[in-house]
Amino acid sequence: MRLENLAINKNGFAFDPTTGETFTLNETAIKIVELMVKGESEKSIAQKLSEEFEVSSQEAFNDVLDFKERLKLYGLIS
Amino acid sequence: MSKKEYEKPVIIRVESGFSKAGVPLPKQRVRKSIGGVSINELVNKYGSPLFVFEEKSIRERYKRAYEAFSTRYPNVEFGWSYKTNYLKAICAVFHQEGAIAEVVSEFEYQKARELGIEGKDIIYNGPYKPYDSLMRAVKEGAKIHIDTFEEINDLERIAKELKKEVPVAIRLNMDTGVYPQWSRFGFNIESGQAMDAVKRIEAGGVLRLNGLHAHIGTFMLDPHAYYVETSKMVQFMNSVETKSGFSIEYIDVGGGFASKNRLKGIYQPPEIVVPSIDDYAEAITSAIYENIHGNRYPKLYLETGRHLIDEAGYLVTSVVASKTLPDSRRSYIVDAGVNLLYTYFWYKFNIELTEEKSGISEPSVINGPLCMNIDVIEDSILLPRLKRGDMLVISPVGAYNVTQWMQFIRYRPRVLMVMEDGSVEIIRESEDLSDIERREKLPKKLEIR
Ligand SMILES: Cc1ncc(COP(=O)(O)O)c(C=O)c1O
Repeated sequence: MRLENLAINKNGFAFDPTTGETFTLNETAIKIVELMVKGESEKSIAQKLSEEFEVSSQEAFNDVLDFKERLKLYGLIS
Repeated sequence: MSKKEYEKPVIIRVESGFSKAGVPLPKQRVRKSIGGVSINELVNKYGSPLFVFEEKSIRERYKRAYEAFSTRYPNVEFGWSYKTNYLKAICAVFHQEGAIAEVVSEFEYQKARELGIEGKDIIYNGPYKPYDSLMRAVKEGAKIHIDTFEEINDLERIAKELKKEVPVAIRLNMDTGVYPQWSRFGFNIESGQAMDAVKRIEAGGVLRLNGLHAHIGTFMLDPHAYYVETSKMVQFMNSVETKSGFSIEYIDVGGGFASKNRLKGIYQPPEIVVPSIDDYAEAITSAIYENIHGNRYPKLYLETGRHLIDEAGYLVTSVVASKTLPDSRRSYIVDAGVNLLYTYFWYKFNIELTEEKSGISEPSVINGPLCMNIDVIEDSILLPRLKRGDMLVISPVGAYNVTQWMQFIRYRPRVLMVMEDGSVEIIRESEDLSDIERREKLPKKLEIR
């Protein structure tokens, strides 16, 4: 998956070497990408978000799914 | 250890070119209060969605418009166009400021009378005035503006029945260089139809023509159209007075001044394309001075609607859900839709947040709660990631929405007025099932149980 090759800097700018496209991500998005690359499940990513941030694991779960939808549309995952 | 504040995840592909998506909005449009009252507090106390009107702003707009005309032409009066917004509280503010009423149906006529407006202070316009309502209007001395030849007959019948001469005005239409031309109302000047109507009224012998009326369109961006309209009306007045025994006491040039709203398809901001009230006033009053014969100045009436109320009205709505669309835009579902916003057909509204939001903005769509594809309040807007309960303020929505809104799928919400002293009044309660079913009848044999 292209996601693994994404080079993300601290400001949230990401470069995809396979296509030359650039992306902007916020802190939460960076965190999710990192966990996804490590192969964590959606549920466990949501759990981790809710431990670190002021958000319920249910809301975070929805957000992770919605985020993955966007990654698919961008062709970053299949 | 306390947890960090949560921002929903956002990723945006940076498009080449000038896309602003993906960067924090350079300047987020934020409105925290209306009339000095916090929007958060309003929603906490009165629920969502909410229409909110600002009394002070209505009065200021009226005073400003009145001043623009009266300083140029003192013999002037405004008739509040009921159809634009006929909530009692709104009409009452205009009446307190000195406006008479302009109505276009027996229903609006009844509303004005119910509110305490005397017949003589009602302008009765419109292409269909039921006979009974004309009878009432004649008895009560309303200003009746005739739209058709049939209406001349109706009024003659009433005059004969009441055995009195009835003063009337006629509505005119004409070419003012603006398209579409509103030529289906009243009598055409250029074709000679209007002068025929005058002759017809004179021949009948029981009506007395004392006024001329026209309304050339709505959201008119060209003050010159009013210059042409008023010139033609005054010239017509001059020829009526030469060719008939009638003396014209007033001319009513109608409404149509634009509000600071953005029409779809016009890309310059309203601050640039919308003329000021002084531009309109100058066009109309200079046309009177330039065309009048002698030194008798008729009274001038205006039926200004949207210009006086549009910007004093807001719709506060809350996010209920969001999702990613297959084209990668984000769709927000909010609790108010096009059922409440009739003017979405032609306006691109100003949409504001109620607090600054950090984070990346994304291309978004704002959808209402109706299960219909057309329920789109805004199809292209950059918004920071919003969550359930975040509010958006839509404006200007004061004109034509709380009269043309639909009871469709959902109940209509509360309407508030923030008063000049900062207090808040409910000026229309939210609906419930009883409002909608009150007039229904279920035949006995269809009863279930
Ligand atoms: C006869 C008449 N007068 C006044 C108005 C008010 O127009 P506006 O709200 O554009 O000022 C209208 C609206 O179409 C109208 O038909």
